Amino acid sequence: MTVYLLCFALFLVGVYGVIAKRDLIKIILSIGIMGYAANLFLILFAYKHGATFPILTGGKVSPMVDPLPQALVLTSIVIELGTTALLVALVVRLFQKYGTFDIAKIRRLRG
Amino acid sequence: MMLPLFIIIPLIAAFLITLIAGKKDVWGIVLSVVASAAMLILAVISFLNVNGETIIYEMGNWKMPFGIALVLDSLSGYMLIIVNLVALTAIIYSIQYIRHLGQDFKYYALFMLMLTGMNGVILTGDIFNLYVFMEIALFAAFALVAYGCRAEEYEAAFKYAVMGSVSSIFILIGIGVLYSATSTLTMARIAQTVPNLSPQIILWVGGLFLAGFGLKAAAMPFHAWLPDAHSSAPAPISSMLSGVLIKVLGIYTITRIFFNVLDAPAVFLTIFIVIGTISILISGFLAIIQWDFKRLLAYSSISQIGYILLGIGLATPLGILGAVFHLFNHAIFKSLLFYDAGSVELALGTRDLQKLGKLGKLLPVTSGTSIIASLAISGIPPFNGFFSKLIIIIAAIAAGQPVLALLAILGSILTLAAVMKIQCYGLRQDVDVEPREKIGLGMNIAMISLAIICIVGGLLVAPGIREVALDPVVNVILEKAEYVQTVLGR
Repeated sequence: MTVYLLCFALFLVGVYGVIAKRDLIKIILSIGIMGYAANLFLILFAYKHGATFPILTGGKVSPMVDPLPQALVLTSIVIELGTTALLVALVVRLFQKYGTFDIAKIRRLRG
Repeated sequence: MMLPLFIIIPLIAAFLITLIAGKKDVWGIVLSVVASAAMLILAVISFLNVNGETIIYEMGNWKMPFGIALVLDSLSGYMLIIVNLVALTAIIYSIQYIRHLGQDFKYYALFMLMLTGMNGVILTGDIFNLYVFMEIALFAAFALVAYGCRAEEYEAAFKYAVMGSVSSIFILIGIGVLYSATSTLTMARIAQTVPNLSPQIILWVGGLFLAGFGLKAAAMPFHAWLPDAHSSAPAPISSMLSGVLIKVLGIYTITRIFFNVLDAPAVFLTIFIVIGTISILISGFLAIIQWDFKRLLAYSSISQIGYILLGIGLATPLGILGAVFHLFNHAIFKSLLFYDAGSVELALGTRDLQKLGKLGKLLPVTSGTSIIASLAISGIPPFNGFFSKLIIIIAAIAAGQPVLALLAILGSILTLAAVMKIQCYGLRQDVDVEPREKIGLGMNIAMISLAIICIVGGLLVAPGIREVALDPVVNVILEKAEYVQTVLGR
């Protein structure tokens, strides 16, 4: 249970960063932290204490961890890499146009 | 087998465009027009073939509960037709509009990728696969919003990308909770085990999915990104985003997951009704005070999404019928209005309603089609929007909710006021304007064909056509248990 609570705390750190930070780079990092918390959560519920890798050897069946969430996490890590790259590219262009990383100063759209 | 073609064709088109386009955009145009026309024909054929049945394609021939399956039932077929119809007109419209921004093949490649993602979301029967296809569509959409390379567009794209990624993380956690409770990712299999789950888990999963997919659908508390992104994007992309992307990633996934998989929990239906009504009213008011042509249309999109959510939330056959029909209608007339806004912007170089005027002589096609679309969106009788709004209002009365019916009528009046503002100030104001560019044949064809569908679209509810076109779709949404049986029971 403690592990899940810690994972949730990590997620909340990410949420806090997205909502409260004004620096664009810090917002991107916070989204990354939220993504790590989600990945960690997927791994956690598949993990079994004392279980082995899910490959059958010599006919003896021992408790195994669930391999599917690990495959999901690999996919989701790749997706998050794409998101981060896209966001950073947008921030580079935003900096060229506005000359600042402060989200409060990037407000030409309103209404 | 036809099902994988909907994913393969646009993906190959996107790949080939980047491969052989060179520096010009000619190959991009040819390939994307051919691909989307082929998919529209395939979508119509497959919808008529399905005819209330379900077609399943097992990818890699892995048997059903273990592998990933593509599932085509009437709801999927209906959504495929809408998506590919709007996509074909958007590409025809793009030819002149995007040349204006520079000759670039990348636009068409990204467009095809977005189409791949949307077709995949519609067809897949696996919940994690849905997440992956959704991300493909979203990535392409983020890039396309920023396509014009102006400061405002980067700002809108960044806002959209942040909101989109956060909502995707919510959906991923929801998928994780669902998997830990049911030990499967196939949607039909999850639906089979849902009755044995404790209601607390359903609440958690539903809450996470509501936050995630609600943000994608831009219903009222989650709407902040939509007016920026939809008004900053190039006009054909605005019409794709407003016309189909929010419906595929938002409304379609919500109906599929909450009705077919989670068995329509009553508390979430109430939430849909509340969100829908709030969206109708508040964004109706917000639309009226806008002076930017496309921003006004973007706010009105939120309000029309509210109608669809209201119809879904009522969960009576009549309410669902209205919602499904309004989904089609809104895709048509909102795309048409965005095309009109784009051609005004191209011809005059501004979208400010106070600086436009006397467009009846200057842009006859634009002003004519915009009248048709405006009347359709505000629900004036012979056009398609009238019938769908009427059905939703009657459904609200029949469900014993006359207050909701009144609010829906009020929302319709607000929409009428907003589009009349476009007509009076924008297109018929007594201001002399200088045209900068002529509107070509392709843009006119796109606008006229959608206007014709606006006029004849009302026939879909006519007896005889309704049994073929809309009733099977409503049945798929309402007969929740049948989804499990048709997908797994073989």
